[in-house]
Amino acid sequence: MTEKTSAPAPGFSDRHLLTCEGLSVEAITSLLNLADRAAEGNRRVNKKRDVLAGRTLINLFFETSTRTQSSFELAAKRLGADVMNMNVATSSVQKGETLLDTAMTLNAMRPDIIVVRHYAAGAVKLLSEKVDCCVVNAGDGQHQHPTQALLDLLTIRRAKGRIEGLVVAICGDIRHSRVARSNIDVLNTMEANVRIVAPSTLMPSAPERLGVKAFTNMWDGVAGADIVMMLRLQRERMQGSFVPSTREFYHFYGLDHEKLSRAKPDALVMHPGPMNRGVEIASTIADHTRSVIQEQVEMGVAVRMAVLEAVAHQLPKS
Amino acid sequence: MPDFTDRNAPSTVLINARVIDPESGRDEPGGVLVEEGVIADLGPHLRRNAPPHTEVYDCQGHVLCPGLIDMQVFTGEPGYEHRETLKTASHAAAAGGVTTMIVMPDTKPVIDQVALVDFIQRRARDNAVVHVRTMAAMTKGLEGKEMTEIGLLQRAGAIAFSNGKQSIGNTRTMQQVLLYAKDFDALIVHHTEDPDLSQNASMNAGELASRLGLPGVHKVAEVITLERDLRLVERTGARYHAATISCAESIAAVQSAKARGLSVTCGVSINHLILNENDIGPYRTFFKVRPPLRAPEDREALVEALIEGAIDVIVSSHDPQDVDLKRQPFSEAADGAIGLETLLPVALRLHHNGGVDLITLLRAMTCQPAKLLGLEQGRLAKGAPADLIVFDLGQPWVVDRDLLRSRSKNSPFDESTIQGRVLRTLVDGRTVHQYPSVEHSQSRS
Repeated sequence: MTEKTSAPAPGFSDRHLLTCEGLSVEAITSLLNLADRAAEGNRRVNKKRDVLAGRTLINLFFETSTRTQSSFELAAKRLGADVMNMNVATSSVQKGETLLDTAMTLNAMRPDIIVVRHYAAGAVKLLSEKVDCCVVNAGDGQHQHPTQALLDLLTIRRAKGRIEGLVVAICGDIRHSRVARSNIDVLNTMEANVRIVAPSTLMPSAPERLGVKAFTNMWDGVAGADIVMMLRLQRERMQGSFVPSTREFYHFYGLDHEKLSRAKPDALVMHPGPMNRGVEIASTIADHTRSVIQEQVEMGVAVRMAVLEAVAHQLPKS
Repeated sequence: MPDFTDRNAPSTVLINARVIDPESGRDEPGGVLVEEGVIADLGPHLRRNAPPHTEVYDCQGHVLCPGLIDMQVFTGEPGYEHRETLKTASHAAAAGGVTTMIVMPDTKPVIDQVALVDFIQRRARDNAVVHVRTMAAMTKGLEGKEMTEIGLLQRAGAIAFSNGKQSIGNTRTMQQVLLYAKDFDALIVHHTEDPDLSQNASMNAGELASRLGLPGVHKVAEVITLERDLRLVERTGARYHAATISCAESIAAVQSAKARGLSVTCGVSINHLILNENDIGPYRTFFKVRPPLRAPEDREALVEALIEGAIDVIVSSHDPQDVDLKRQPFSEAADGAIGLETLLPVALRLHHNGGVDLITLLRAMTCQPAKLLGLEQGRLAKGAPADLIVFDLGQPWVVDRDLLRSRSKNSPFDESTIQGRVLRTLVDGRTVHQYPSVEHSQSRS
């Protein structure tokens, strides 16, 4: 309540959080530790701190989002920052302004942190090179979604007490998923055994080079897993170009009780949301006690608080 | 798959035969004992000695071999029953020595859904006298755009996946289908003919097409699509079968893919092994087929490839078309020729006159398609289904289309003299065809 300055995250000394690639064990661990403390604070009646008091955060979302945007907004507000949500769908970008012009314009308003989601891979990094403030990647195309991976890690660590050595099966549309790419990075760094499960049409190229074991058969892919992490399948991918139908996808790649029974008896079920019930996950599993999908949402706010605190720590203090 | 096995069927022994098993290379005098629908015993010791309490059939020295498996049969069921039904096709098959026919998804509606695979299987079980398996469409409506439910269709019984008479022009679609099919180890069977190059074409491009004033398609249209597919197979690792190739260049492409270790095979229709474009003569529409009949040297190259073992499968490409669709100006007439009933005797021409070894010829119509499709039929071995045929290798006869059993009569071999006659056909140990016919053998149901 009385903290005036943001806490450092040892091992994390970057002004931006753009990718999970290259984050050290120490950096990840300290971010998770910070987030753990934030999670406890979030369960108190008075959730407000003032470590970001006086700071301005801009949520710049080029792709619509409800969860991530509101999660960042809540995280920033709980840390005492002023938050502005830029609804880009109705902004000057629609009038033909380039990404970099938008960046320069926003930079001139002297924000302290910009949280960016963009539909193009690499766009957030490009923007970060043109501004003086901190930039946090809230998802860039099919590339990275670092805070999602960190919140998944935190959820796992809190439930299992560790990450190292756990068998994590990430299932579904891996090819188009930034969540999968970020998770593969941090899980590998933390020495989990990562598997990816998808039909070949939804597999990234050269999966073995990503440090994972690839399975096209889900029954085999989830066998003995500690964590079954489902991904969302976009509707436009279900019409026959990647997957013949939702029915067939559910039959062979949807998480139902039969496939889940191949995993460890205490396996956790995760999903980044929003879910397609009956497409990638059975409704009864989504609501099952082994599902930690609601905890993921809760940890999302805590992890974003930790990340905002850590990057803000790199800003000049006066 | 329909189960024809009849546990109460009496044991039958076929004695005094020239027993040929293309899989093992067996070719010797002997006999085969059939019990409960399967081959219980075979060998030279059964040549003269029939075990007690068995029905004895004396083959009189004729060839006894596995029933043929025809991998490409078009029927009109559902949708065009006036051309052919599963029942009428199966009678033609039985008379021609074909004991397993693989029907194509080009029906109305197209076989692209689980319920339709089920429909074919139930209709075949109730009406057909030979085994029937269906291929399912690999794209919805055979439109070449969106892939079908390959996993669920396979579970329902689809034996392979085909785009019927249509080639998939969109390379991306083909790549996605191959990628996806690989996960299910599903066999992709593709008719390779570039849709743009072959548009409106009614015969092979060349001198004859020029003289006849008909739009032609060059064989390069086949080779382009085939070579594209083979590159995609190399990238995806899928199992691929080129349905009916028609020229030397295609054989070379398939041979090169096989040498690179790809799981690739090819088939050829009996029409392309026997006929060439000159047979079209004065616009004879019964010789209008797909791919078109090629030049004589292409046909010779196919026969040569068959001898060398470069062709895996021979199909009848049985494609019934009614008179209205054939009695048209050549360019407007439908493609297709019937062939189930004449497949074996016409193929035997290659043995009698073309220098093709009998076992090589039979292999392409028995054990090789069986292996490709994962069927237990197509071979003579203890425990194998008793799908057997007895045929007289030398008996000459003249094809009379009015006597053919197919509902449509579009045979390019009408009035031809052919040599070789199927005397008896057994499916799961039961006789479904006899020549000369005896009234009780016509139908089992």
